Amino acid sequence: MSHPGHASTQMSSAAPPSVSSPAYTEFHPRWYRPQVSTYWWLGKWAYVKFILRELSSVAVAWTVAFMLLQVRALIRGPEAYARFEHRVSSPWMIALNGIAFAFLLLHSITWFNLAPKAMAVRVGGKRLPAVLISGPQYLAWVVISAIVFAIIISRG
Amino acid sequence: MAQTIQLRVSRYSPERDTQPYFQTYEVPVKEEWVILDALNYIKDQIDGTLTFRWSCRMGICGSCGYMVNNEPKLGCATFLTQYAPGPVTIEPLRNFPVVRDLVIEITDFLEKLKKVKPWLIHDNGDAAGEYLQTPDQLEEFRQYSMCINCLLCYAACPISGLDPVFVGPAALALAHRYNKDSRDEGSAERMAVLSHPEGIWGCTFVGECTKVCPKHVDPAGAIQQYKLAAAIDGIKQFLMPWGQRQEKQ
Repeated sequence: MSHPGHASTQMSSAAPPSVSSPAYTEFHPRWYRPQVSTYWWLGKWAYVKFILRELSSVAVAWTVAFMLLQVRALIRGPEAYARFEHRVSSPWMIALNGIAFAFLLLHSITWFNLAPKAMAVRVGGKRLPAVLISGPQYLAWVVISAIVFAIIISRG
Repeated sequence: MAQTIQLRVSRYSPERDTQPYFQTYEVPVKEEWVILDALNYIKDQIDGTLTFRWSCRMGICGSCGYMVNNEPKLGCATFLTQYAPGPVTIEPLRNFPVVRDLVIEITDFLEKLKKVKPWLIHDNGDAAGEYLQTPDQLEEFRQYSMCINCLLCYAACPISGLDPVFVGPAALALAHRYNKDSRDEGSAERMAVLSHPEGIWGCTFVGECTKVCPKHVDPAGAIQQYKLAAAIDGIKQFLMPWGQRQEKQ
C-alpha cells in the first residue's frame, strides 16, 4: 500500500482462531456472548468502591448486634457488664470495631451523597443544588456526634 | 506528538471465529481526529473488512458507542490525541452480544425500551390539539429527554451484565422522562411495569451510568427518584387504600 501516514496491519497473535461454525446461518449469525468474570469489580476503582459500600451493610448489622449485646449485658448487671467490657477490650475486638467504624463512615457518607440524587427538590422552578440537600444531613451528623462526644467526655 | 498511533481493535467474525481477538493498526494522529475518524481511516485505507456502526458524526444518533481503553465512549466525541502516544484499545460495548467486530446486538434493549412505554399516555387518545407547557414544566424532564440511546450506560452498568432481565439505565431514565412530563398521564401504568426487581429495584446505584453519559442525562439520579416515588406510592396505598380507589374512579 502506498498511502502516506499509515503503516500496516499486524495481528496481535499469530493468527485469528479459525474454526468451522455449524451454528451459523446467513440471516441469523452466531453472536459472541461475553461472560462476566467473577472478579469484574476489580477492573475499576469505582466498582471496588461500590462493592465496599455494599459490604458496609455487614458492618451496620454487626454494630447493631454489638449494641444489643451491650444492652443485654447492661440489663444483667454490673458483673455481666464488666465481663462484656473485658471481652470487647481484646485487641482483635478493637480491630474488628475499628474496621466496622470505617465501614460505617463509608456507609453514612455514601448515603448522604445519594440523597440529592433521589430528591429532586425544585424551588421557584429551579432544582435545589445538591449541597443544600446533603449539607443539612452532614451538619446534623456533626452536631449529634459532637453532643454524644461531649456527653461521653463530661461523664468520663 | 507522535505522527502515528496504534489502535488495537477487537475483531470477531461469526463465520470464522469462536471468540474475538485483537488486530493492531497504525493510523496517523491528527489534532482534529476523533476515534471514529481513525476507524474510518482504517476502513477506507487499511482494512475494508473492519465492521462498526456510525452515522451522524455529531453525538446525536448514538450509533458509535465503543469501549475505548475499557471505558464506554462515543467514537465521534472522543479525541484521538488524548490517548497519545497509545496504543488505544477499542472493543464493542460491554454487556451486549457481539454480532461482528465492534457491532453489538441491541434487540434486547429495544424490547426493554418498549416495555417502559416511552411515549405520552393520556386519556383523550388520539385527539389532536395543543398541549400547553410552561418552561418550568419543560425543565422538569428536559435533562432526561436528552438520551440518544447510545447504550454507553448499559456498558458501564455491572448490573446490566450480571442480570440480563434488568431493564437498565437508559430505559428507566426515559420512563422517568415521561413520568415527569406535565402532558403525560401514564405514570401509574409505568409504575406497574417498573416497580419490581427487574425494574427500578434492580438498580443498586453503582452510579457509573451517569458518569459515562455523553448527554448528561443522569440515569442513576432518575432511577433513585423513581424509587422514592414508588416508595411514597406504596406507603400511600398502604395507609390510604380508599384514596387510591377514589383516584382511579
